[in-house]
Order: sequence, then C-alpha cells, then structure tokens
Amino acid sequence: MANIFPKWVNSIPVKVIIALVLIKTAVVVGVTYYFSPEYTRVGYAPTQPVAFSHEFHSGTLEIDCRYCHTFVDRSGHSNVPGTNVCMSCHSMVLKDDDRLAAVRQSYESGEPIPWVRIHKVPDYVYFNHAVHVNRGIGCVECHGQVNEMEVVHHAKQLSMGFCLECHRNPEDYIRPIDEVYNLDWERPSDSQSIEEIEGFVHDWGVNPPQSCSGCHR
Amino acid sequence: MRIFLIVYVLVIVSAVSILGFRGSLTEKEPVEVFNDMDRQAKYKPQAENSFFNNRQNDRLPPALTVSRGSALDTSDVFDDDFIALSSDQVLLLEGKNLDGSFSEQFPYEVNYEFMQYGQKNYNIFCASCHGVAGDGNGVTKPYGILAASYHDDRLRNEPDGYIYDVIANGKGLMYGLKDRLTNEQSWSIVLYLRALQRAQNADQSDLSLKEKSKLGL
Repeated sequence: MANIFPKWVNSIPVKVIIALVLIKTAVVVGVTYYFSPEYTRVGYAPTQPVAFSHEFHSGTLEIDCRYCHTFVDRSGHSNVPGTNVCMSCHSMVLKDDDRLAAVRQSYESGEPIPWVRIHKVPDYVYFNHAVHVNRGIGCVECHGQVNEMEVVHHAKQLSMGFCLECHRNPEDYIRPIDEVYNLDWERPSDSQSIEEIEGFVHDWGVNPPQSCSGCHR
Repeated sequence: MRIFLIVYVLVIVSAVSILGFRGSLTEKEPVEVFNDMDRQAKYKPQAENSFFNNRQNDRLPPALTVSRGSALDTSDVFDDDFIALSSDQVLLLEGKNLDGSFSEQFPYEVNYEFMQYGQKNYNIFCASCHGVAGDGNGVTKPYGILAASYHDDRLRNEPDGYIYDVIANGKGLMYGLKDRLTNEQSWSIVLYLRALQRAQNADQSDLSLKEKSKLGL
C-alpha cells in the first residue's frame, strides 16, 4: 500500500508545537510588559491649561510644596491650590503675561482652571496624604522628582504591588520628618544613620496595614 | 515555517514600534486595561461634576454660614454663659480688642516649641518673599516681588494683633493667608517674627559673658 501522507507531514507536529510556544511566549511577554501600569501610567504627561513649571517654582525657587499644596499634611486629599495662591505672587510678577491670562481670568471670575489630573488611584483605594507625609514618607516616593519636571509626568506605577512594597518594608522608605518635602534628599549610606532611620518605624509606631481594609473600603 | 517566522518577527516589530517602551512620555490618557470599578460616580475632592454649571464639585459655602473648625467649640456655644463674641475670641480670630483696636496680647502660651512651630510655618509661607531672616530679601525678589523687611521701628512697635491681621488678611500688595493658615499657625508666625526681629536687632550687651568669649568679643 502506498503512503497516504507524504514524508514532510512528519515534521508538522514539531512545527506546530514550536509555533505555539513562540506565539504563547510573545503573548505572555507582551501582556506582562504592556498591561502593567509601568507602561500604561508611567510617563503620562498631559498638557496642562497653564504651563506651570514645577522645575522652576519648586526646583529653582525652592518654594515649599506646602506653599501651594497646603493641606497635604492636614487632609487626606492633597489640594491643587486656588488661583489666589498663584496671584499672591503673580499680581506682581509677570502680571501682564499672556501665559498667565487663564490664571487672572480664573481669579477674577472664580471659575476654576481645569487642570488635568495625572496621579489617580482607583476610586476604591482610600489613600490618605496626611498620614503618609506626617510619618516620614516623602513626596518623592510616589510622585518622583517633581522639582526637576518642567512638565509633570507620572513617575511611579502607583499599583497595588507598589504600595505593598513599602507597606511591607517601611524601614526602606521612611525618612526624617524634616526631609519629607525635600525631594533631593538621599538616604545616607553609613550604618549608624541607617539604623537611626530604621528606628523611626518603631519610634513613631509606624504599622502600615497590609490587610485589604487598610486601603479598600 | 519560514513564512511563519517572518510574519512572527514582523508582528512583534510592528507591535513594539506602535506601542513603544515603558516610561516614555506621552500625552495619551492612561488606558485602564481592567477598569473594574476604578472610576465610580461619586463625589471626590476638587473633582469635576457635570451637575453644576461651573462643573465644580466642591461648592462654596453659602452666604452667612460659618465653616467648621472656626475655633468656636459647639459645647461652648450652647453653654449658658456663652457670649457671642468674647474678648478672647476676638483676639484669637482677629487679633483685635473688643473696641476694634489691635491687641497687644498674645492668645497662646509663649514657649520654645510654639516658636519652632512658627519657624516651620514661616519658612513655608513667608520666607520665599520676606526672606529667611525677615529682611525682605526672599528668593522671589529678583523677579519683582516687593516684600517688607520686619526690621524697622514701625514694625517693631506695632502690636501683635496688627501682625496677625496682616498675615490673615494681607496688606497692600500682599494677599491674606487666612484661607491656608489656621489661627494657631498665624499666631505661631507672629511669635517667630518677633523672634526674628529680636535676633536682627541685638548688640553685644545682649550677650552673656560666656557667649561673648565664645564669639571672641
């Protein structure tokens, strides 16, 4: 009896397996790489209605974060300042500049400037700014080096894994209270300072929740 | 097989060239891959709300209402002995005596901790224009901000209540800060400002012998 299938058919199963493995690998790698907030969120830098430069105000002038984001250490929500805060300087500086027309208009009319929000956690996450900054977690841990950003972009992934990394090892992220708003602060490398900083976790009774209800309600 | 491999490589190359890499800056709003209940129809601070004409979620307080935390304790208000405006309250809230003149009194206990608290607040809210030493040489001076120096006889002799009033309500080109500072914070700044005035207006006779020898005088 003649062969029903020609000889090359023998290699089909092997080729199909190789193809499937390759496709599966590509899909898994692709999803891991692209479905993560490190891809979807990090780098988001929308154009704001007013080209406010954090690099200049916070970096060059070294205005404290709380001059504008005043309620960050008193409230769960860190506020975007009202335009009266802008105008406390810009009624004198660049007072006729076109770039600030929207600010003056907002100040006179009381209509808010429609800033584009960059950092968002899901609505079922109840992040409280005050408890973090008042217990030695610096702005930079979640927002990156905003004082070097001409246009603010999303710098950290702000995923649940990102939160838990710090909630599980607060001693690696905690800093002296005086340095919370200093975005350029570097962790000292000598063992004595490290010990002192790690001691804050105990001294301040820092006990970050790892249970669901710590953040989700 | 060769055709498959060519297509495979082409698909990967085109996917990567379209999607780019992690962390690259983009103006595109982040894609929420699984947006379970991430964005809920609820009120969030400083968020947008299409229900209102100006799309502002936070509403301004209605006229003739008093916001919470205005230093009047509810239990006091409903007490039989409550006087609507006692001299203590007028001093605390406005820095004035009952007859409307600026008060010489200071409503908080004066101690080192309270002055340090004032220093902290001063450095956030005042130092960028008035300078760390209160001499009017803040970092914003080169950009055209005109800020007073505290070190002249007029300001040294003004009552504490006057300084408080200027911090809260502003004066001349300076905008008031009462929307951002609590009464306690403003009074702490008054105290620190007095300390700055004292420090900048001292001579050798103010030093003890020990301090003099330390400085080699």
